[in-house]
Parts: sequence; C-alpha cells; structure tokens
Amino acid sequence: MTGPADVERVFRAEYGRAVAVLVRLLGDIDLAEEAVQDAFATAVDRWAADGPPPSPAGWIITTARNRAIDRLRREASRADRHAQAARLYALDPPTEEGPVRDDRLRLIFTCCHPALGPAARVALTLRLLGGLSTAEIARAFLVPEPTMAQRLVRAKAKIRDAGIPYRVPREADLPDRLRAVLAVLYLIFNEGHTASAGQRLTRADLCAEAIRLGRLVVDECSGSWRGAGPAGPERSPLLPDEPEAVGLLALMLLTEARRDARTGPDGALVLLGAQDRRRWDRGLIAEGQALVRRCLRWDRPGPYQIQAAINAVHADAASVAETDWGQILALYDQLMVHAPGPVVALNRAVALAEVAGPAAALAEVDRLDLAGYHVRHAVRADLLRRLDRRAEAVAAYDAAIARTANAAERAFLRRSRDLLACPGS
Amino acid sequence: MKQYLISMYQPAGAATPDPEFLAGVMRDVAAIGRELREAGCWVFGNGLHAPETATVLRAEGDDVLVTDGPFAEGKEYLGGVTIITAPDLDAALDWGRRYALATTLPIEVRPFQGGA
Repeated sequence: MTGPADVERVFRAEYGRAVAVLVRLLGDIDLAEEAVQDAFATAVDRWAADGPPPSPAGWIITTARNRAIDRLRREASRADRHAQAARLYALDPPTEEGPVRDDRLRLIFTCCHPALGPAARVALTLRLLGGLSTAEIARAFLVPEPTMAQRLVRAKAKIRDAGIPYRVPREADLPDRLRAVLAVLYLIFNEGHTASAGQRLTRADLCAEAIRLGRLVVDECSGSWRGAGPAGPERSPLLPDEPEAVGLLALMLLTEARRDARTGPDGALVLLGAQDRRRWDRGLIAEGQALVRRCLRWDRPGPYQIQAAINAVHADAASVAETDWGQILALYDQLMVHAPGPVVALNRAVALAEVAGPAAALAEVDRLDLAGYHVRHAVRADLLRRLDRRAEAVAAYDAAIARTANAAERAFLRRSRDLLACPGS
Repeated sequence: MKQYLISMYQPAGAATPDPEFLAGVMRDVAAIGRELREAGCWVFGNGLHAPETATVLRAEGDDVLVTDGPFAEGKEYLGGVTIITAPDLDAALDWGRRYALATTLPIEVRPFQGGA
C-alpha cells in the first residue's frame, strides 16, 4: 500500500537533496523549489496508483528536472529562459538524475553565507535543506508568517542579485565557512531545545532537523573529500574543521538523549540532577559517545567537541553522586581556553560547586557580568539555597523569573522559590 | 561576469592621518588597482574630493534647485569608489577584503544590476 505517508517520508528525507541538485542544474533557487514541489505533488497521485518507484529520490529529481524543462519551454518567449532550457537539455542525463554527493553541502554553504544575516541563514537552511514550510519556520521562531516570508524572499534575492556562489568554498575559506554552518545548526538545535518563549519546553522538530542536518554535514564532509584519505573511524580529518562538525553532532545527540527526561508528566522542567536517568535514550548516548571517542583520537579539540565530552561524562554516570565532577571541571577549564565567555564561566561555576563547594562557586558567579541572563540568577539562587541564605536565594529566584519568557522554566523557578519561602508546603 | 561597486567610507571630521601612513595606504591601494588591471577585473576607480565640494540638484516642479554641500550629512562619507568585474560575490569580497586591509576603512561591496 502506498499513500501520502510514503511521499511524506520521502519528502522529509530527500527534499533538500532534490532542491540541491535542481539548484545546480537550474542556477535558480525559486525555480528549483517550484520544480521539486511539483514533483512531490505528482508523486502523491502517481505513487498511490502505481506504487513507489524503486528509487524514490531519483524519481523525484528526474521528475522535477522534466517539470523545470516544461516550464522553461512554456516561458521560452523570454530569451534567457530559452537558454536555460537548452542548457538543461544539453545535459541529457541518464533516465534518472543521480544525486551528486556534494550538492547538499554546496547548498548549505550558500544558505549559511556570511553575507546573509544570521536570521536569514537559519530560515534558508530550514526551508531549502529541511523542506520546512514558511509557516512552520515562522511558528518555530515565533514571528508572523508574512515576516518570515519576506525574510526568505529577501535572502533569496540577495543570493541571486549579489551573486552569492553555489559551491563549496575554497580551502583557505573553509574553516570560517564551516564554522558559520555549524553555528546555524547549533542555533536551530538550541531554539528547539529550549524555546526562547512560549508554552512548550522543547520543539522537538527543530532538534530533529538540526541533528539530521548535522549528520548530513558530517556525512558530506567525509564523503566529498574521500579522495584525500581512507574512510573509516581511524582516518585523519579531511576538512580542517571536521572534528568540530563531528563534535557538534555528538553534542546534539547527547543533549537530545535527555529530552524525555527533561520534562515531568506535567510538562515542567526537570534539571539534570533530578532527572530519571532510566529515561535517557541509550541509543543516542552510545552514538554520541562513539563520536566523542573519534574526536579524542583526532586530538584537535574545539568548543563543540569539549561540550560534547562534558555531556559524555554526564551520560556515563548512573547518578549525580557518581558523576566525575573533577573531569567535568577540567573540561570546562579547557573550554574557557578555546571559547572564553561569561556563559561558559557560569557553567564552569556549577561544576566548581560540586568539586569545591557552593561558597567558592558563588564567588565566581558574583564576578560574572551577566545581569540580564536568567540562568545566572537561577544558579546564584541555588548556590545561596545550599549556603542556607534563604532571603537572598528567594530574591535571586525572583530575578531569574523576571528574565525568562519560557513558561516551563518560569514554573520551575516559581516552584523552587516557593519551596524555599515556605518549606514543608 | 557581474560588476560590483566597492565603496570606501571615511569617518567625517576625523583628523587628517599622518602623511607617512597615508603614503603607505596610497601605495597599497595603487598596488591592488594594478593587480585588478592585470587580472582583467578593473572597470574604474578613483578617490573623491571632500564632501564639501559636492553640489546637490533637486527637481522642484519644472525647476531644478541647486544647493551647495553633500546630499546627506552623516558620520561617514563616501571617500572613493572602485568598479570591478567578478564571477561571483566571493571573488568580489576577496578584492573588498584587500581594500579593507589596505585602507583600514569600512568597505561596502554592492552588485550592479544586470550580468550573470
């Protein structure tokens, strides 16, 4: 039996690949998107009648290419369209246009080009590679749909008018450009992990999408440069920043493994220390830890890899008490060298509290310039509570509550504060 | 090939830089111009006189009003332009980066309409 569900599954898995191939063939993002959407619309009817083809992705790409030729021919009165159709024809591919391995990598580098604004990079990546609709992206980032539509139109116009190229950057630019791609993926993941506002604590779809794209980048990194060395876990990194790409994927997997345990039955936030570790996803943890080990063998540490290693240490411990806090503190020290900043210092202070006690940690936290960041106040509140300085702790919880718009986080902070204000209730 | 406008922006009211420094900048900028010509990417380029030398024309019905001074007073003014051809934005940004390093000024790279 074939139904819309099959098409939907292929759509999620293959949309980005199909758009990437079509952008290469057509040299035009809007045309490529239209052609691929046409092809999927055709698939809904055709596959229901005839069953899915042996290679659904190839079928979609070939159909989209033929649709594009038809459309260009119809509009061939315009000379440039005619030339475009002729070029497509001249390619004369075999019956099925096979995906070229690095097409998606090219497209992601185009979407994450530094000449585009950060918000536009995120939106384009989700739209073109993730196949999310404009409405879905708008909902995920809590902006009105017309605003998101305009953002996408502007970004695509800039790619076209400014001539942002569709290719993998040359070697000298790769470290910077890959870093920009990873930053976009991490932004998508974090928005999914802790929605900056709204009722639901996680937007699982965004996390899943970020992980899928992370896998794509890691796969394409190791595939596109296959000529440079042997594949397999023991080979050297092929891209200068490939260890960081692998580190980011590991970090996302290890964080995602705790997703179910992060919320209680009522949807309230549960912190790491209080989580039921039986609810952690062991499959994701095993995959993430294997990637961390691969990074350790490369011995080219960077911020994502170190954060992944910290999460791997947490995942190793059967309980908070059994956590190797000394190792976590050492990793935070290393992170402060690679990516110094007040937020890292705040997280380091949390580990320090476990190693050297809450007083030492509080002294560190009070030195940080993070007055607007709710987590800083929440951490302070917890340290003050452990030092039995109740009135100050209550004030710190209030400061934290005033600084977050996430409903689940607010509820958690209120409960902690109320527990402190009237213990026993 | 596309054409790009590379604009150099200068801070308004800043002290005139040290002549030796300025001579170094001029030398570096000239060298980039030579390289652009050798690469076949040069279209046009030159520095502009100070904004006070500008004259602004505004249509007023059938008349045209002539006034002294720059069109818009700002913290920065256009100090010079270069027009180049380049296959894509990355190539244009490479040249822009060279100008930014040579002049230490903010550089804007902007595509002209037309070309592919």
